[in-house]
Amino acid sequence: MLVSLENAGICRSEKWLVRGVSMTVDRGEIVTLIGPNGSGKSTTAKMALGVVAADEGVTKRKDKLHAKYVPQKLRLNSNLPLSVTRFLRLTDSADKVQIHSALRATETEHLAAVQMSNLSGGEFQRVMLARAILNSPEFLVLDEPVQGVDYNGEIMLYKLIEDIRDSLNCGILLISHDLHIVMSKTDRVICLNGHVCCSGTPAKVASSQEFKSLFGDRAASGLALYEHHHDHEHLPDGSIRTDKRTKTQNNVSSKNLVSNDVDEANENV
Amino acid sequence: MFDDFFSRALIGGFGVAVVAGPLGCFIIWRRLAYFGDTLSHSALLGVAIALLLELNITLSVFIVSVLVALMLLLLQKRASLSSDALLGLLAHSVLAIGLVALAFMTWVRVDLMGFLFGDILAITTVDLALIWGGGAVVLAFLAKIWRALFAATVSYDLALAEGNKPDQVNLLFMVLMAAVIAVSMKIVGVLLITALLIIPAAAARRFATSPEQMAVIAIILGIVSVYIGLNGSLEFDTPAGPSIVVAALACFVLSVLPVNILRKRTGRSQKNLKDPDVGVS
Repeated sequence: MLVSLENAGICRSEKWLVRGVSMTVDRGEIVTLIGPNGSGKSTTAKMALGVVAADEGVTKRKDKLHAKYVPQKLRLNSNLPLSVTRFLRLTDSADKVQIHSALRATETEHLAAVQMSNLSGGEFQRVMLARAILNSPEFLVLDEPVQGVDYNGEIMLYKLIEDIRDSLNCGILLISHDLHIVMSKTDRVICLNGHVCCSGTPAKVASSQEFKSLFGDRAASGLALYEHHHDHEHLPDGSIRTDKRTKTQNNVSSKNLVSNDVDEANENV
Repeated sequence: MFDDFFSRALIGGFGVAVVAGPLGCFIIWRRLAYFGDTLSHSALLGVAIALLLELNITLSVFIVSVLVALMLLLLQKRASLSSDALLGLLAHSVLAIGLVALAFMTWVRVDLMGFLFGDILAITTVDLALIWGGGAVVLAFLAKIWRALFAATVSYDLALAEGNKPDQVNLLFMVLMAAVIAVSMKIVGVLLITALLIIPAAAARRFATSPEQMAVIAIILGIVSVYIGLNGSLEFDTPAGPSIVVAALACFVLSVLPVNILRKRTGRSQKNLKDPDVGVS
């Protein structure tokens, strides 16, 4: 166990931002927090890191936990002379080789000498992620890590996050609005809305009534389509071999067209 | 060489510049430019308390400065006001409290200015020892907490989450600042110490690409300002402290001009000139 929260909550100005959160993050797993704006996702992440102390409940962290944090917002004062390389060394010492490999993983090695204030939004997020994976942390908290990153970059970075989990065997607490990606890459999902609405495996959460009422039927059906991805395969000509739904349809070709579009999107993911 | 008042002023000024350079960088990075002024206002209260309780004035000023610095730290954590508003609030409040306190002490008939504002040309050998000895201690502490303090300056949350102790280093930084300002205000004057904190660091910003570099450049520019300012004051018979500040300002103006010309040649930096926050937000 790296981090555990038991019935934890944060109260500010007599209002509970989030309450009754119980969760654990272990090595080698990605736990994702989803929920609407203001549902307490970032607050829960900060509680897990110990940045804010829980006002009730119990929070436990492994002793000398090597954690890295990608906050949702980091506004750097423009008075700071800070290159990407120095930023990577902010809380950790690292040699050139380690820095280079972290930057290469996020495809930002060409930015090593650039000042942080000169980065674009997407480049900034990639560098944030590079800093987070430097020196193989045990516990990563990524609060909307791919905001502002272009589409291909987004896919690459989510793949990277998955790779980090596997290669470094670290625990990852992820906050994301990309429900499709969340559901395909995550081991456990916790759905927040001021409290834990539902939690469990992605499939279980997607089919739960709480999830549907929080995100609407469209999100749920979108995820159902994703699950659907596993129950058929493609022949070389693009037609589908074992799809129960298409077999029962008369107009097979048009249905194939729809399925193909969905599958392409999922494969990119 | 310490016999000559001008040499003492020069060496004392260099000492202040060496300590003020790195501390001033943090003042700029943390947007605490009015910190020096706030502490100089609070010094009046320190003097009043010293006269009332018959304490050593420098010690009393230092204690009041530390308390004001701690108050700022506490308010930064608790109140939903920005640092500049808090500094303004503290500065004027302590000044007013100091004046009210002195008004109650009807028996006090002293030249407050003499207590508060030193003159760099009147530096004694003891002052020199205090500047360089105390300065070495301050710089040793600062070097020890440098990385953690910088991380806490970039982001408090990030530093805390990743195993630093931002509260501890912030506290130590505030105490160091209070000590430097309280001591050097009496020796070299309030205008000179607050100016040497801010102006060389501000001028260094344009040349620096890393925080450590900025601190070193700020020290060099501070020393250059002291040298030019003091010699200028000797040459033109102008007041010493203000002359040093004018020299520092000249450094700043020079620093702004050529760097902008250089920057226009690189496309990346050019867009940043218009809006420094554009890449970050």
